[in-house]
Amino acid sequence: MFRIIRNTAFGAAVALVGLAATATADAKTELTMYYPVAVGGPLTEVVDKLVADFEAENPDIDVNAIYAGNYNDARIKALAALKSGEPAQLAVMFSIDIYELIEQDAIIAFDDIVSSEEDKAWLKGFYPALMENGITDDKTWGIPFQRSTIVMYYNKDAFREAGLDPENPPQTWDELASMGKKLVKKAGDGTVERWGAMIPSTGYPYWMFGALTKQNGQVLMSGDGATTFFDAPATIEALEYWKGLGSEMGVMPEGTIEWGTLRQNFLEGKTAIMWHSTGNLTAVKDNASFDFGVAMLPSKVSRGTPTGGGNFYIFKDTSEAEQQAALKLIKFLTQPERTAEWSIKTGYIGTRPDAYETDKLKNYVVEFPPAAVARDQLEFATAELSTYQTGRVRKLLDDAIQAALTGSKSPTEALTEAQKAADGLLRRYR
Amino acid sequence: MGGPRFIKNQVYGWLLLMPAATLLVAFTHYPAVATLLQSFFSSGTARRPSKFVGLDNYAYMLEDPVFWKVLTNNLWYAVGTIPTSVAIAILMALWVNERLPLRGVVRMAYFTPTVLPMIAVANIWLFFYSPDIGLLDQVTRVFGFHSQNWLGDPDTVLACIIVMTVWKEAGFFMIFYLAALQSLPHELEEAGRLEGASRWYFFWRVTFPLLMPTTLFVLINAVINSFKLVDHLFILTKGGPDNASSLLLYYIYEVAFSFFDQSYASTLTVVLLLLLALIAVGKFTALDKRIHYR
Repeated sequence: MFRIIRNTAFGAAVALVGLAATATADAKTELTMYYPVAVGGPLTEVVDKLVADFEAENPDIDVNAIYAGNYNDARIKALAALKSGEPAQLAVMFSIDIYELIEQDAIIAFDDIVSSEEDKAWLKGFYPALMENGITDDKTWGIPFQRSTIVMYYNKDAFREAGLDPENPPQTWDELASMGKKLVKKAGDGTVERWGAMIPSTGYPYWMFGALTKQNGQVLMSGDGATTFFDAPATIEALEYWKGLGSEMGVMPEGTIEWGTLRQNFLEGKTAIMWHSTGNLTAVKDNASFDFGVAMLPSKVSRGTPTGGGNFYIFKDTSEAEQQAALKLIKFLTQPERTAEWSIKTGYIGTRPDAYETDKLKNYVVEFPPAAVARDQLEFATAELSTYQTGRVRKLLDDAIQAALTGSKSPTEALTEAQKAADGLLRRYR
Repeated sequence: MGGPRFIKNQVYGWLLLMPAATLLVAFTHYPAVATLLQSFFSSGTARRPSKFVGLDNYAYMLEDPVFWKVLTNNLWYAVGTIPTSVAIAILMALWVNERLPLRGVVRMAYFTPTVLPMIAVANIWLFFYSPDIGLLDQVTRVFGFHSQNWLGDPDTVLACIIVMTVWKEAGFFMIFYLAALQSLPHELEEAGRLEGASRWYFFWRVTFPLLMPTTLFVLINAVINSFKLVDHLFILTKGGPDNASSLLLYYIYEVAFSFFDQSYASTLTVVLLLLLALIAVGKFTALDKRIHYR
């Protein structure tokens, strides 16, 4: 409320000054932007400051940045605003919301509003892996902003204790299994005091699984979002390996592993290795009482991880002036300097190679090398699972993974059923 | 009849009713009817507008394995939570109705789970149930049990949710029983003592029948609550693993706001409404006759 009053007062003041200065002052362009916060830290302050900087530089544009909860809330709010006739001009939403937004005819492609050569060059300046989730039908619908990948955190002290080289984390699936076995520590009565590794299987199982399948040379869906490959042999093999780490090799606990408590397990030394979002980097850095390392995920055929996080979208129901103003704001927020600042303050990946050329981020990476792992891994990254009917399709896969991990179905059985159901849902989009 | 005075009274009466009626219609009756209508249409998007599909959504529901799974879960959940929490509530109420030292503190302790924000509490229970680092595992380890993945195992996850619900509900129901117990006349107890009735006999033949109106109220609340659980599931399990702990209302939430299928969500809501209506009608017709109101 106070912010609205403040912004209105500020806007009125600026408008008055503008009117006084020139009688031909154009009307100000007003932008409303929804954005979610999905990791810890006072990110709303960072966003407010970025927006204030932009307004100072562009007095003819007024930006209303509205914090909209988590990704799900942000999408619901933006779509509700659209239906109520008070639409926002732009929003940060889940990169995988793209098909839902296209289906609702809510967004426009960036290709349709960029005109100058400079804009086109800017559009090509992002890491290709981060663009994958934003591109379909040969058009770019989303611009990467707060993006992440999965990385492997490991406890170097545990490696030393198990007689392993702490500077050589597992590079392959076989090494993860063999080193994992050595890292398991059992008490006299046979109870496990420390597991070798944990891969979370609640919260976002499909995300972790996207990493395993990519490592096995298989992606989960086609680029047009209308076909899934849940029952491909390499996909099934990946789930067998994941299940095997628990049920056969004894590296991981059996059953599902909780996303929300995994970081605590790692910090308390209950597991030597965890796979988790790079978004946890700052929290682990601040709270680990042991020597820890961050590495790329291991490989089978190749390395691999899906990307994750939020993109900028511009809504369709906007005037041309608003679209250009929104584009200006997005360009401003993705400049190398600001991308670098954003990455340092949040732990998200710098979305453009030139951000890592800035002194700021260069120095940060030298001082804290784990900050570069997610970026280096981008070379092997793939898009996050995203299709038409994406919530439903994602849940089919989540359920299949959990059914296999808890032993109620075999991986083949679970994934074949999921594929069949997904085919039923997606048939009419092909 | 029909005079100006009558009309004036009518207008006056309706004006008095209007605020409540407006709210009731806007937030209860209109949504219920709209939900029913919506369940006969397909979910529309900008590219595929919604159209009338008759009973298609209901046919889909009957074939939806997740629907049957959550319905079965909900049944077990109700069977698991209701009798236990009501029994514990009566026990606790009898206990804190006695003259005992620190009675206020004990009453407060029993009531605390009800006033705590459930999302925060669910977060704490998440750590109780967590394998290895959780309180539950730390306690069972002392007795030589192996670590158990309470929330990660489809065989135990629903029981975990049930235990947490009982813990939360019992204290709430206790308050109603406590109020009922305190309104019971003391003469009955004295008379019972003079006649030489044992405590158990007195409870079973006098106290418990007199508590029946409260029990009916509590039972209806308990049943409704057992169909209302969403918040704990959010934090604890998200309905998993593989829908083993998903309940009907959570599934409705998922369909409406994760899948954006409002028609199917409406269909499921209609089923939920029917179920609750049936239970309420059954309760009032079957139980009411056997209840002694003073």
